[in-house]
Amino acid sequence: MEDQILNTVNWARAQFALTAMYHWIFVPLTLGLSFLIAFFESIYVKTGNEEWKKLTKFWMTIFGINFAIGVATGIIMEFQFGTNWSNYSWMVGDIFGAPLAIEGIFAFFLEATFFAVMFFGWHKVTKGFHLFSTWMVAIGSNLSAVWILVANGWMQYPAGMAFNPDKARFEMQNFTDVALSPVAVHKFTHTTSSAFLLASLFVVGVSALFLLQKRHQKMAKRSMVVAAVFGLIASIFCAFTGDEAAFNVAQRQPMKLAAMEGLYVGADNAPLIAAGIINSRKKAGDDQPAFHQAVKIPGLLSLLANRNANSFVPGIDDLVFGNAGRNIVGAEQRMITGKLAVAALGRYKEAKAKGDMTEATAALAVFDQHKGDLGYGYLYSAVQAVPPVATTFYSFHIMVVLGTLFPLIFLLVLYFTFKGTIESQRWLNIACFASIFLGYVAQQAGWVVAEVGRQPWAIQGLLPVNVATTNVAASNVQTTFFIFLTLFTVLLLAEIRIMVKQIKIGPEA
Amino acid sequence: MIGNLDYSTLQQLWWLICSVVGSLFLFLTFVQGGQTLIFTTATTEEEKSLIINTMGRKWELTFTTLVLFGGALFAAFPLFYATSFGGAYWVWMLILFTFILQAVSYEYRKKPNNALGARTYEIFMFINGSVGILLIGAAVGTFFSGSRFSLTMYNSVAWGTPFHGLEAALNLFNLSFGLFLVFLARVLGAMYIVNHVDHEPLVKRARKATLINLVLALPFLLVILISLVTMDGYAVDPATGSIFIEKGKYLHNLLAMPVVLVLLLGGLVSVVYSVVATAFLGKNSGIWFGGVGTVLVGLAIFSLAGYNNTAFYPSMSDLQSSLTIYNASSSKYTLTVMSYVAIAVPFVLGYIAYVWKLMDAKKLTLAELTSEDSNEMY
Repeated sequence: MEDQILNTVNWARAQFALTAMYHWIFVPLTLGLSFLIAFFESIYVKTGNEEWKKLTKFWMTIFGINFAIGVATGIIMEFQFGTNWSNYSWMVGDIFGAPLAIEGIFAFFLEATFFAVMFFGWHKVTKGFHLFSTWMVAIGSNLSAVWILVANGWMQYPAGMAFNPDKARFEMQNFTDVALSPVAVHKFTHTTSSAFLLASLFVVGVSALFLLQKRHQKMAKRSMVVAAVFGLIASIFCAFTGDEAAFNVAQRQPMKLAAMEGLYVGADNAPLIAAGIINSRKKAGDDQPAFHQAVKIPGLLSLLANRNANSFVPGIDDLVFGNAGRNIVGAEQRMITGKLAVAALGRYKEAKAKGDMTEATAALAVFDQHKGDLGYGYLYSAVQAVPPVATTFYSFHIMVVLGTLFPLIFLLVLYFTFKGTIESQRWLNIACFASIFLGYVAQQAGWVVAEVGRQPWAIQGLLPVNVATTNVAASNVQTTFFIFLTLFTVLLLAEIRIMVKQIKIGPEA
Repeated sequence: MIGNLDYSTLQQLWWLICSVVGSLFLFLTFVQGGQTLIFTTATTEEEKSLIINTMGRKWELTFTTLVLFGGALFAAFPLFYATSFGGAYWVWMLILFTFILQAVSYEYRKKPNNALGARTYEIFMFINGSVGILLIGAAVGTFFSGSRFSLTMYNSVAWGTPFHGLEAALNLFNLSFGLFLVFLARVLGAMYIVNHVDHEPLVKRARKATLINLVLALPFLLVILISLVTMDGYAVDPATGSIFIEKGKYLHNLLAMPVVLVLLLGGLVSVVYSVVATAFLGKNSGIWFGGVGTVLVGLAIFSLAGYNNTAFYPSMSDLQSSLTIYNASSSKYTLTVMSYVAIAVPFVLGYIAYVWKLMDAKKLTLAELTSEDSNEMY
């Protein structure tokens, strides 16, 4: 039975990872390019210069191609919670459903309504209303990011709710706590600024390609300047919000932070690993070294995690086995109390069904005492609380290294543009073009850190994935996994071919 | 004011809100209906493009309304969301696949180098308009015919058949429901073409198509109506919350809620009139009568399923697991918060209507398809 559940869980996780990663190929470009197009069109409306209109239309065509497949890969993200994670949907639907519905009401309709004006309204509405519509599409897209990231932020740091034992679910107690939780806010600011960064890299990169090919040079340079300025601002913002996000992880998801840094034994004045090769045989609790090789910067992890270079940062071993000296209760201990909570909940439900109120009250008292560790009661073993360390570590470091590189690219682009020699900077232009792909790598890596790093929790500390899944045979989920894989891959290839063709045609067609 | 509503009023309000969104979706399936007309009502490539571009300016509204319908059900009736999507797994998955295909088809069909060829994307649209709508109809049919599932004491769902929802499409009532919606969508699609396209030969054929598809829809409508007034239904005892089978439950619901009877009959009359006006009287405004009629019929169907102490998602295999708007809903707090949010809905409808009016002020012509914006055309 346990194997069967694990099998379904793992396929459901694989499917979520697959669909989310595909979806996130398209979304960041939509989020950022929508604003860049709004900038281009604003300049057109202000100057009346037709060349800016051509530029707007060219990037709009690219936007439309990307947008369509973003919508196609997005619908499954919502419904997948029901199909593959139905226990999750019941247990937290009271809280989690609300942001999804709000996203639909406030964001998706803005996008859907004004998208048609943006593409087909050039001769049907006034110039001003058209510009307004373009801005509405940009705002609508980014509003949808607000609500879905509120939902995701709540999964990482559940706030504003309480468990209702009669219904066997969590219920919302305070909407503001859910919507304005610090994790949600930093998820939104970090994710959208990174999306603006990616879209800027995309525009800069495609424009650099035009310069390398000596085509559409004037338009390419115009696109580049706007995008590089936007990208540089976004990069700086992204770095600050990234620091805030990491601080939040340290305070609220210490296990994720430990995995991000491969930190097994907690320490005062903990070092940040600038680069390292993980020892893949290392397990929690053994005395093998965590790294084959590592470059460490003393005290920096403590500084980032607690804003104090001498402070203590707990490691994986502390969080699994506990550390009495530091007042840390480990997963091992929390599993014991968690199982008391699970058993008490069962007794309460049975006593309630039989009408035995004395027993029900007694069971509920035990449950209330231990309910903070309810989620741990569903773990099979304490080390299950450790996420895949190597994946989390490498993804985090790839993201950070690339995130540091991108602002330099934007700076160089701006420097040579103002110097008037950007078209002759062959190597810079090649680097710009290559950065498009690096940008996508950084995006994917960021989500891997966020999502792999919080395993095994569907809801941090409350609901592990093995309880969240649907009671359906693994073969069903496996089949739909491969259908999605085939379908999305075919559509992605079609999308890339169409986009490459449009870039070949260029803005002056 | 919203803060003072009691729990059961909020539950009823949210069933109404979900019903309105679901009924608006049924109206907006004119897009899907239009997609199935491209191989029959259009006879030339140009006409096909006219239909696709007409529908292409509205498809996202339909898509978004479906997504909102899902979101609203998740927020307001999470136990239904968990039970139906997790249990009737394959029906929902197949519906989603057809909508995934639709979402790229408009944009990619005419673009050069699109890998699969225009014809493939047209077939995707057809599949979405036929199979997609058929399965949505079958899924709604189970609101009356029931499904085989049971819920544990922790409310996790166990489905009683290995087909995980596909069995719904094999039931005559559900199948009739699905086919009725397919032909209704085609009627509406043809009426929207009449309303929005300026190309006489196509419009003439679209007028005829409204009549043909209404006639094709009628036998399925009859099966649905006769079944509804004769079938046993799943009633809930308001005092104890226990579910029992009641003979002629939906007939009783119609008689107990005359408003619903009026909605149903008024809606059907409005749809029939819209076809008469389009096919015989040469009117272009049929889509509005057809649209309003569809919304009214939708409201009547959802009301029959959910109100008057009825289980809206009945279990055939474990009666007491059946879902009602009372046992499947979110908490009072969540429904209250969401009710404040719902105040925005009329505002949203307002700007949609305003933009619709602006964009539809001029009809679509062949000239527009080859204008300077032709690169953006579908």
